[in-house]
Amino acid sequence: MTANKTLFDKIWDAHEILCSDGGQSLLWIDRHFVHEGSFHAFNKLNGRDLPLRHPELTFGLADHYVPTHTRNTALVPEKIRQVIEQLVSNTSQHGVTLLGLDDPRQGIVHVVGPELGITLPGLIMVCGDSHTSTHGALGALAFGIGASEVAHVLATQTLWQYKPKSMRIIIDGDLSPGVSAKDIALHWIAKLGAESARGHAVEYCGTAVDAMSIEARLTLCNLTIEGGARCGMIAPDEKTFTYLQDRPFAPKGKALDQAMDYWKKLKTDNDAVFDREFRFNAADIAPTVTWGVSPEQALPISASVPDPSKIASSEDAQQVQDSLDYMGLVPGQPLTDVKIDQVFIGSCTNGRLEDLRSAASILKGRKSKVPGIVSPGSTQVKKAAEAEGLDQIFISAGLEWHESGCSMCVGMNGDLVASGQRCASSTNRNFKGRQGPGSRTHLMSPMMVAAAAISGNLADVREFISQSTVA
Amino acid sequence: MDAFTQLTAKACSIPVANVDTDQLIPARFMKESRSVGYGQFLLYDLRYSADGTVKPDFPLNSSAADEARIMVTRRNFGAGSSREAAVYALVDAGYRCVIAPSFGDIFSSSAVNNGLLPAVVSEADCESLLIKLASDIQPVTVDLNDMSIRCGDLCIKFVINSIWRTKLLNGWDDIDLTQAHREEIDQFQEHYLQKYAWSVSNLLTK
Ligand code: SF4
Repeated sequence: MTANKTLFDKIWDAHEILCSDGGQSLLWIDRHFVHEGSFHAFNKLNGRDLPLRHPELTFGLADHYVPTHTRNTALVPEKIRQVIEQLVSNTSQHGVTLLGLDDPRQGIVHVVGPELGITLPGLIMVCGDSHTSTHGALGALAFGIGASEVAHVLATQTLWQYKPKSMRIIIDGDLSPGVSAKDIALHWIAKLGAESARGHAVEYCGTAVDAMSIEARLTLCNLTIEGGARCGMIAPDEKTFTYLQDRPFAPKGKALDQAMDYWKKLKTDNDAVFDREFRFNAADIAPTVTWGVSPEQALPISASVPDPSKIASSEDAQQVQDSLDYMGLVPGQPLTDVKIDQVFIGSCTNGRLEDLRSAASILKGRKSKVPGIVSPGSTQVKKAAEAEGLDQIFISAGLEWHESGCSMCVGMNGDLVASGQRCASSTNRNFKGRQGPGSRTHLMSPMMVAAAAISGNLADVREFISQSTVA
Repeated sequence: MDAFTQLTAKACSIPVANVDTDQLIPARFMKESRSVGYGQFLLYDLRYSADGTVKPDFPLNSSAADEARIMVTRRNFGAGSSREAAVYALVDAGYRCVIAPSFGDIFSSSAVNNGLLPAVVSEADCESLLIKLASDIQPVTVDLNDMSIRCGDLCIKFVINSIWRTKLLNGWDDIDLTQAHREEIDQFQEHYLQKYAWSVSNLLTK
């Protein structure tokens, strides 16, 4: 047998139960997460009186709807409370472990999975949430699914899937100070387009990826979905193995030895060929912000807002004009002239401890000119941040320090950006109305959010980095 | 689930690219029970101003759109959030087919699971169809047998992968299909959990 398999192929093949005549594979699913929004799937299952095939392989997390200014659900609107309670009753009825509102392990599903070692290299993991791609950072094959598929996984522990094509993104070189995984992702999505990876499984490699921390890799894989990809993944390495040591749900002892034997082989063979391949130089990437209503509408902070009159294709020009109208921007205006009304730091993209540290390193001893919320990605992240005094830095800067949850990333819990207001946000989607009807979102790294907060407008974080600050 | 073979109905055009699932159903409506009918939430923030007034220019607000069962739109429809509620909103509003040059991956498979046909056409054919609809040529006939779309004198082809097509033609549900493979799944599981025992080693003991 020739050695020409990709990392993705190896994991796929190990999980393929059968392949139908039409080319769809039935895959074994190792881990499954449900959240409050999964009630539709449970209703479907309950309606058919189907039991869960493997309740121990599903984990429930309260994240999308949880209040973050308080944990007292009595203060929460009735309908939101009901959705949270439905998760409690559905998981307990079916014997699923719930990391609920009062659990010290609670947090955003894509932060908690890796944090607890539920996420492992070589697993296939799914969740009714598109950013499930995050878990690929540890060498898992992880992707989002719809509610019908959630019900299918609950009932059968399997899923029908077409095998996606393969795409490799190689990032070599060193990132400059003030540039992070968030900027890499926004950069490639802006260059290649928000649909560019449609139908592809993306693997990242290159010296810049090797040099990244696990947390930065999680950010990179998280945003892969915004380039249209099915999933993003990175081969596990020593950093991964060290990261997983002593995580509560990760294998221990003999099982860990067996796992390690396997994990060490989990990398793309030298002779493997990808359907598509792209290269980027980390040194070319600047701090990047979005100006429009799609993650592909992103530019280096030193750039200006695009001018539709200078765009050849009338359809493209129309689309840019439409985005500018929604965002309330003037063609040709320098990005650093764009005033903001508020900031948000958090989400499954950038709500981990390193993210909070990087934002705090910029905010330390400074004041935010605008109000804002910081919501840690998990309750454990919150505790760790407080132990380091990061909460005090944010609070002294004038920002609100909240509990963990999806919060203003999607606004389901009521943490909304008001219509016409402009938010510098460390989240992942700048779609129209994402943070609330009429809200205007600019995506950027947590460091860049911090720089924007201090300036009251979109700003270049590099101007705030002192010699001693490690980016 | 109702089978889909051929449909002749009015079509509503939304000639916009990148209609993501956050627009198809804004997040704030997703806590509602499905029994309230999700059709009322479809593209809500495009249909209504912040103060709740109807935006008369939006295609979905024309009286003709009430009877529409087919939607024609531009590229990258249904991208973004995996929320199946976006499909519920379309289905509950009466739609059985969306025609576009490309769809978000998760949206397409959720659509098929709810009997909604995501018909992929070329950009050029999509524009031709939008032109027909702009001059009020109705109805549109979508035939899943020969994968064709007809509108006036226009006849174009669409694509859909073969399994999804079979599922839609028969109104099949995945769970039923999978249960038929129960034995293979059982065998696979036994073998898999032996070979990769570590994958569950620290879960079962909790
Ligand atoms: S933080 Fe945002 S993107 Fe992440 S899971 Fe929550 S809502 Fe989805």
